[in-house]
Amino acid sequence: MLKEYQTVASVYGPLMLVEGVENAKYGHIVDIEMGNGEIRHGQILQVEKDKVLVQIFEGTSGVDIDKSKVRFLGKPMELGLSPEILGRVFTGTGAPKDGGPAIVPDKKLNINGNPINPYSRDYPNQFIQTGISTIDGLNPLVRGQKLPIFSGSGLPHDEITAQLARQATVRGEGEHFAVVFAAMGITFEAAQFFIDDLTNTGAIERAVLFINLANDPAIERIATPRVALTAAEYLAFDQGMQVLVILNDMTNYCEALREISAARKEVPGRRGYPGYLYTDLATVYERAGRIKGNKGSITMVPVLTMPEDDKTHPVPDLTGYITEGQIILGRSLHRKAVSPPVDVLPSLSRLKDKGIGKGKTREDHADLYNQLYAAYARGKEAQELATILGEAALSEEDQKYMRFANEFEGRYISQGYYENRTVEQTLDLGWELLSMFDNAELKRIDVKLIEKYMPKFRKTSI
Amino acid sequence: MSELQAGKIVKVAGPLVVAEGMAGAKMYDVVRVSKHNLIGEIVELHGDRASIQVYEDTVGIGPGEIVINTGAPLSVELGPGLIESIYDGIQRPLDELYKSQGSFIERGATLPGLRRDKKWHFVPTVSNGTKVQQGDIVGQVQETTLLLHKIMIPFGIEGIINGLNEGDYTVDQVIAKVKKQDGSDADIMLMQKWPVRQPRPSAKRLAPDKILQTGQRVIDTFFPIAKGGTACVPGPFGTGKTVVQHQLAKWVDADVVVYVGCGERGNEMTDVLTEFPELKDPRSGEPLMMRSVLIANTSDMPVAAREASVYTGITLAEYFRDMGYTVAIMADSTSRWAEAMREISTRLEEMPAEEGYPAYLGARIASFYERSGRVECAGSPQRQGALSIIGAVSPPGGDLSDSVVQATLHVVKVFWSLQARLAQQRHFPAIDWLTSYSFYKQYLAGCFENKHEADEMMELSKVSMGLLEKESELIEIVRLVGAESISAADQMALETAKSIREDYLHQNAYHKVDTHTSLDKQRNMLGTILYFHEKGLEAIDKGAEPKDIFALAVREDIARAKYIPEDEKEKLNAIRNTIDDQIGSLYAIV
Repeated sequence: MLKEYQTVASVYGPLMLVEGVENAKYGHIVDIEMGNGEIRHGQILQVEKDKVLVQIFEGTSGVDIDKSKVRFLGKPMELGLSPEILGRVFTGTGAPKDGGPAIVPDKKLNINGNPINPYSRDYPNQFIQTGISTIDGLNPLVRGQKLPIFSGSGLPHDEITAQLARQATVRGEGEHFAVVFAAMGITFEAAQFFIDDLTNTGAIERAVLFINLANDPAIERIATPRVALTAAEYLAFDQGMQVLVILNDMTNYCEALREISAARKEVPGRRGYPGYLYTDLATVYERAGRIKGNKGSITMVPVLTMPEDDKTHPVPDLTGYITEGQIILGRSLHRKAVSPPVDVLPSLSRLKDKGIGKGKTREDHADLYNQLYAAYARGKEAQELATILGEAALSEEDQKYMRFANEFEGRYISQGYYENRTVEQTLDLGWELLSMFDNAELKRIDVKLIEKYMPKFRKTSI
Repeated sequence: MSELQAGKIVKVAGPLVVAEGMAGAKMYDVVRVSKHNLIGEIVELHGDRASIQVYEDTVGIGPGEIVINTGAPLSVELGPGLIESIYDGIQRPLDELYKSQGSFIERGATLPGLRRDKKWHFVPTVSNGTKVQQGDIVGQVQETTLLLHKIMIPFGIEGIINGLNEGDYTVDQVIAKVKKQDGSDADIMLMQKWPVRQPRPSAKRLAPDKILQTGQRVIDTFFPIAKGGTACVPGPFGTGKTVVQHQLAKWVDADVVVYVGCGERGNEMTDVLTEFPELKDPRSGEPLMMRSVLIANTSDMPVAAREASVYTGITLAEYFRDMGYTVAIMADSTSRWAEAMREISTRLEEMPAEEGYPAYLGARIASFYERSGRVECAGSPQRQGALSIIGAVSPPGGDLSDSVVQATLHVVKVFWSLQARLAQQRHFPAIDWLTSYSFYKQYLAGCFENKHEADEMMELSKVSMGLLEKESELIEIVRLVGAESISAADQMALETAKSIREDYLHQNAYHKVDTHTSLDKQRNMLGTILYFHEKGLEAIDKGAEPKDIFALAVREDIARAKYIPEDEKEKLNAIRNTIDDQIGSLYAIV
């Protein structure tokens, strides 16, 4: 019954203009049958009278004006979902990519979702254990939070995300944990590393992957995070699972958005990105959260590479305004072979205070990270001073803090990608490192807590 | 309204829809788009062709569909029931939406801003037969324990009032009639409507010469905001803009607080929603929610409604001001509002000014902030109301040359500059004392009944700012040559400046005592710090070593003064005696 149109008027960039169309609706999807029988997919960006502007996910190369046939499917882009999606690998638009059978859907959902009513949100305050000390101990992740990793070219964010996907668990009985991984424009190598890693450790059983590689069509990337989040919403709010969504790499996503915007000749904002980049990113990131009366949750870890490690670049900048903190990877730590090279001082989890403490992790958690943070900050200053003045010129106290900073980097931050620490192990390691200071120096920790926890570690270190 | 025609859509591009056949339409008329009944607003007219910004998602809308003009501009409902509500950008109650639609916001919902089923106890304050005019208070409703809702004659009505009776009414029941001069009757209800883009009139503007106390030390002591004043808080992400806004919403000494979450995080609004009902107003002990209205248009909600949310908020605030109350509105963040304007402007294919923002950005921002002010309210009895606006700005990369920051600084009188550097040192609130400013500082003295105390506070504020200035000059030298090489007096100045920063300006929003400090305690705390400075300098004159002074145990007491509860004043007063004793003991050694 679908009408076919052979009235393509023009093709430019990733866009196609079709004329003489009846009843086209904004946001609906189209199939484009090319002269050689190949089918491509697109979405309507603008309708003006009978003229329809379509963005083509697979790109326009080889599209010709005379022979191409356009079918308007009369519905927005949907994703078919069932519990069978776990353990499967899909393309960036949700077609099976692992050679497995097509999904027989229980449910079809519009990939754009609907905004969560702020009134129905439940506050994120339940701890997720990632097994990584710099996150669990210092920047705790909670269910329903969005905590991006700000990385740079050449930094090992792939290893960290794989570690997160492998190790992340929620504490508590009878909780089902799932990982949804969306790859946008990452290399085959990076994607395969991730898939192999999950396969080898068995974690793939609880994962769903949507893969758009660097050589896949760039425009498809615009749909990929939305497809992945639709799957995540299904698993979380329909199936009651605790879902961790990893979006890698959001910088590529934004570039695809810029490409469309430039092709439409829109007035650019900063660095050529469209003025609505904030709004667009928000509609992706804000899909994380918890809902009152629902068991499930969506926790999001977007990864983005900062061009030239510049935090004020529009992509990290706007991301930072939407997400609840950030984990920043440091190049100098990476050079020192600290792995994972999490730069502790500028990293931040805004929701940390709500998810830790007695009954959630341990009563000493908050005081402990404040003390570790303060001591490390002081130690870093001493490290810097030492590079200028030489170590010998430092006061005894500065030298002690510098030793602490070195130990802290070597043991607390650097744990390798395959060590999975419980939060108790992380906290204990914190005490052990602090045991090089006198109790009186530990001003940020409640005296009662020092008396309770420290003695055990004093013995081992002296 | 028969001349209003139903139009037909000819174009859809994201939140912008163009329709033809809209004869009789006026700018900013509200329209209903397609059979889904999406709410939109006319933002451009060419003949019978209207451009419409739609407040809801437009996916699935196409040419040929119908557009119906309601003939009225975007308006809000004003009356009992506003307080304790949480609305979206166009005054749809989110709690009611949740009950009717579930956890996600579907489009096309229509719900009135005020509940129709609730009865309010109305008590008249004028007698029947009185001649009334617009703005006159004719009765009141005890809306919450903290707020007495005054019922006013709507604008444009004048005549003899009749039929007033004490009793229980819903907001849309007629409570009285006003016989106008032309002989017709106007119905008076508890509720009235007002178009959001039009400021509500008042009798006279007054100078904002009273301080709005916030309990935040750096703000009250150094950069106070006036009742009826305007302030802006720009800063890069992670510097605590939202925490500052939340703190103000909690602690300002206003009668009504309107909090607009404009394009910000959903989880933050949840935080406000869960926290406010639990927090107690320090003056009355009642939950803070009893004086608050929340407007939440989070960043994933439609962009056009975000543009409207700021106007919705200010209109509600003006309505309470007209009752003679002190009102404060927090808008977090006005950058998102400006971006929404930019997005609509781009879709309208308007010629952009800087950074793609429309050329009218500055004018819109200015006219928004101009809706603040202290006024003589319209109508009788004679009363004064004040409306303060506190806007957060989120400049890209923290760059203050951003258009929104610059346009805002052009009109606001208080600037609280948040610095990433301070935030990284975990110095909160990260308000930079050197670059921030306030034009209302001279009114600070008026907060004290006692002239002596007022003078003391002004002096303390001046002296400590001087010390902070001096620190910024000295710190460079010290970094190069070391603290030992500057004079003992300068060392003392540095140490006191540090004490002002750490023991006074630094304030922990999450500590139950430290979160709010009364002006009286502020005067006392700062006085104590400077008392130590003075005594220290005296001791240096008499030959004491700076490092001995700095090592005195009383400094720990000074540092902990912020944690002394308001009702244990004597502990705070005792610190000065301890200072005398311990400085005295230094002389014994000398």
